[in-house]
Amino acid sequence: MKQIPVAGKALTLLFAAIFLVACSGTSTKEDEAAAAAAAAEAAAADAAREAERQAQSAAAEAQRQMEQAAMAAGTVFYFEFDSSTLTPAAQAAVDAHIALLKTNDRSVRLDGHTDERGTRDYNMALGERRANAVRDYMVVNGVASYRIETVSYGEEQPVAYGSGESSWSQNRRVELK
Amino acid sequence: MFRLIVLSLALLAPLAQAQLVIEITQGVDDPTPVAVVPFAWEGAGNAPVDMAQVVQEDFERSGQFSPVNRADMLGFPSREEEVFYRDWRAIASEYVLIGRASGEGDQLSLRYELYDVLRQARIAEGSVAGPAGEARMLAHRVSDAVYEKLTGIPGAFATRLIYVSVTRNPTGKDYYRLTLADSDGARPIVLLESREPIMSPSWAPDGKQVAYVSFETGRPAIFRQVLATGEREQLTNFRGLNSSPAWSPDGNSMAMVLSKDGSPDIYLMDMATRRLTRVTSHYAIDTEPSWMPDGRSFLFTSDRGGRPQIYRYDLRSGLTERVTFEGNYNARARVAQDGRNVVLVHQREGEFQIAIHDLVSNRLQVLTNTDLDESPSIAPNGSMVLYATKFGDRGILSAVSVDGGVKFRLPARNGDVREPAWSPYMQF
Repeated sequence: MKQIPVAGKALTLLFAAIFLVACSGTSTKEDEAAAAAAAAEAAAADAAREAERQAQSAAAEAQRQMEQAAMAAGTVFYFEFDSSTLTPAAQAAVDAHIALLKTNDRSVRLDGHTDERGTRDYNMALGERRANAVRDYMVVNGVASYRIETVSYGEEQPVAYGSGESSWSQNRRVELK
Repeated sequence: MFRLIVLSLALLAPLAQAQLVIEITQGVDDPTPVAVVPFAWEGAGNAPVDMAQVVQEDFERSGQFSPVNRADMLGFPSREEEVFYRDWRAIASEYVLIGRASGEGDQLSLRYELYDVLRQARIAEGSVAGPAGEARMLAHRVSDAVYEKLTGIPGAFATRLIYVSVTRNPTGKDYYRLTLADSDGARPIVLLESREPIMSPSWAPDGKQVAYVSFETGRPAIFRQVLATGEREQLTNFRGLNSSPAWSPDGNSMAMVLSKDGSPDIYLMDMATRRLTRVTSHYAIDTEPSWMPDGRSFLFTSDRGGRPQIYRYDLRSGLTERVTFEGNYNARARVAQDGRNVVLVHQREGEFQIAIHDLVSNRLQVLTNTDLDESPSIAPNGSMVLYATKFGDRGILSAVSVDGGVKFRLPARNGDVREPAWSPYMQF
């Protein structure tokens, strides 16, 4: 890939040299035509290089923006009580990660969690349902299923220890790792 | 009616993490007064354990008896000829238990006699013997025999518990421990310690092995562990859920919950061949299997009707029938040895409480009045239910009698305690 601009440069220099030689010598129609062609070719090569440079920097910028969006979206997606449906906020956050996952081949793990209400083994199943809901949404939107592993922790690993909705709402979550 | 007595159970046991303390919060209205006289020691040196004290605390904890204070006793008889009924009538004791223990080498034997003060007659006698290190368990066996004589129901004091405790670590991962202790919380032994969750402990029917779920590999997996040797074996390592191990009553198979084929379903593992058979097959959650004592069917939790309810699966017919209909959350059933009483978690007015469901009358009765009650486990004699709840901000164990009349708490000295599993009767 990198050889093309180098070759282009060499070519430009070569044509420039021919042009100078042509100008210093007796001018013929053929020489003029050759010089015009060389100049046009040089200009085209410059334009192509510029376009490529711009495209590369745009791609880098887009990648950086996706990474920033994914980081801003966070890696924790929250759920309503007794629900494994992605809220609009959770969906938007997962979307940011899907966009990023489509640009790399990373494998991810989704850990499902519940609040402390209800029985532990039933909550294990609910935690899995939540992790699977995020997985399924990712798969539908183009992330290969083999790249995603889901593990449920049920109510075993709360991030907030108190009893009450303010703690429970923090614990009903899926964590992307 | 309400009494609050704190009995320290760490008398001789080494101080350990998650040692349980018993606080009796409610007994029966008119408990029977019983005198448990300090047992005479006829061996060399001192008695290894105050065995009469162990028996006395068992009776205290039953809630049905009120042991006589030792300081009020007019004498400490240890033989029939030393028992003067008027002394016991004077302090309104209805029964008197006396005993004498002796030791030879590391063997201990205890002979006991029970007297009825009103009838002025000996109504029971017996003896127990075993290693001196098991002195507390020998005392519990005396409690079992005397309790059966006085109530007509076999005692369940000479049994054990396993439970999970968690010590929070604000600067890193918590510590999880699986602990084995006597039924009164004494002599705790840590069976497994991990920085990852430990869940769902359950007993093999012979009381010699336990199964549980451990996340030590970074994923849930079912393990079994032999109590005497500490030998462990990882039984499962499937994608998804590996939960709720439950040994069949004959010990030949283990019910468990796996989601490897999609949704959580109940599977049976043949313990001889390790071969798996899928038993339930439904897109809803099927979990928390609990065997009926005859091993022909099991109860389980399913939300196939929209909300979690208890269902029963018959292994021979392959038919499933719904068991609970009251309320919109009934889960994690445990069946008593009578095959009739089922304890479960029931949601009432937003709170999670322990209830008992009668499989014959189909009546459901709530036993507790606290919130966040879970993991009920019933004593092998069917009399008491041990469960986990929250007290303040801490996870503790609590117990309630199946008629709701007797209650006590077993908080740990530190950490949260959860998921108690009461052992079957132990073989001696």
